[in-house]
Amino acid sequence: MSTCLQTIQDYGLRAVGIGERLLPREDFTLCQQFTLIGSGMIWNIYFGAMALLFGFFLATALGVGKASANIWVRKSAEWFIFIFRGSPLFIQFFFGYFLFLTLKSQYSFFDPFTAAWLGALIVLFCNTAAYAGEIFYGALQSIPKGDLEAADAYGLSGWARFRRVIWPTMLRLAWPAYTNEAIFLFHSTTLVFLSGFPAWQQRGDALYYANYFADKTFNPFVPYPILAGYFIVLTLIVISFFGVVNTRLNRHLPQAQHRKIRLRLNLIR
Amino acid sequence: MNLYWSVLTVLLLLGITAPVALGFGFLGASAARSAFAPLRWIGKTYIAIVRGVPDIAFFLFFVIALDQAIEFLRHKTLCPDWTEPVRQGSDFVVCQAAKMPLGNSPQWVHETYGFSIAVITFAIVYGAFAANVLFGAMRAVPHAQLETAAAYGMSTRQTFWRVLVPQMWVFALPGLSNLWMLLIKATPLLFLLGVEDVVYWARELGGTKTPRFTDYPHGDWRMWYFLGLLVFYLCFTRVSEIVLDRLMSRLTHGQATAAGEAQRKAA
Repeated sequence: MSTCLQTIQDYGLRAVGIGERLLPREDFTLCQQFTLIGSGMIWNIYFGAMALLFGFFLATALGVGKASANIWVRKSAEWFIFIFRGSPLFIQFFFGYFLFLTLKSQYSFFDPFTAAWLGALIVLFCNTAAYAGEIFYGALQSIPKGDLEAADAYGLSGWARFRRVIWPTMLRLAWPAYTNEAIFLFHSTTLVFLSGFPAWQQRGDALYYANYFADKTFNPFVPYPILAGYFIVLTLIVISFFGVVNTRLNRHLPQAQHRKIRLRLNLIR
Repeated sequence: MNLYWSVLTVLLLLGITAPVALGFGFLGASAARSAFAPLRWIGKTYIAIVRGVPDIAFFLFFVIALDQAIEFLRHKTLCPDWTEPVRQGSDFVVCQAAKMPLGNSPQWVHETYGFSIAVITFAIVYGAFAANVLFGAMRAVPHAQLETAAAYGMSTRQTFWRVLVPQMWVFALPGLSNLWMLLIKATPLLFLLGVEDVVYWARELGGTKTPRFTDYPHGDWRMWYFLGLLVFYLCFTRVSEIVLDRLMSRLTHGQATAAGEAQRKAA
């Protein structure tokens, strides 16, 4: 038990470079695997949360842009969404990495971009913004006509109309699908360190460490189920967080009409 | 030259995986709505677990797990008088005759074996997605249809095969076409499974070797190769999208759904 506490002290923050420098090499204990894979989850949460947070704003802009009457705005939003939704995220990571690598050799400004914490975040940010933008666009199209007419009747126009009527309704309609997108985003963060981006000083994400253990022990039946357990817990947390926001978004409706987000992971990205 | 072969590898993978995954999906969906409880639990757990965990983790897991399972079974049947344990610390030891593929078999056997493992892995993972879609589609078939079948005296099995299965495809198609897109976008993951696919060759051909012994008369072109791959996949998904749209509009023709009604009005 005390050795396990020692392990947690040594490796609990290993993924961000705090603690023991060397990874365990032999005689792996269950405790070590749990601790290291768990510490890798820090990166998954970091990438997922950051990309979602920043991506939300770009996604709103893209959704509104795609529905815009201005042809230049509309076309550019459409192309952005098409490019990031139509190609595999895995290839996007590779392309992004080598693009930043090439830029780095020209301008020193791009130095931090080849590191995973920034470069991969940018790729994930664009990717999730494109997917969520499409969701928001769909929601914008299905705003009830009566809501817009009511806004007109109240004399709202321009920014006030968007801020008070269109935007909240759009979020309300899009929220279940957006929850799904968030879950998928967290899942796709596992790709970061398996594509071009290097894990500097073996600071990797959860899948990186799970892969490390599976390679060393040649036994996939321990590390991958641990990883799966962590991800199921993370998924449940994401669902409950988005459920709280959903309740808040629909707070004006009578209790019985609340649309619960069902715990169902079946919508496909 | 190898780059062109690897494009064929990707297409071959898609061609084989799609029907196999559909088969897995069909089995999973039928199990999930079975009247026999343990079978139903198996079906539902299969769907839930594969969907709740990142698919990449599954790819990495199944490649080793399947390989070890096959070798273990062969070990049990081929070398019954072997007494040492199979897992010795960090090693997985089976007798020589149980190695899969055999150590002395030619190169193409190794490649085919690796490829088949990859296909099975893809089929298991995407079979769960398909099972989900088909399960939903089976539930979307109007219940009155099933009741009518029962009223005509059909057995459960007859109702399933003659009424439910033929009608569910219209409901399943949007989900399945979505799945096809997903499958296309998952093909670069072959690279992770150790198959020499397009990603592998894009890295190899684009990169420079050590400067003195460079094989290629150019600098780091990997960026451009990956840009090419990006465009390749974009065209691929776009073409599939168009084809699937056509298929959908043909299937909805004359159906009693909202889309079919819209088609009728437009005509």
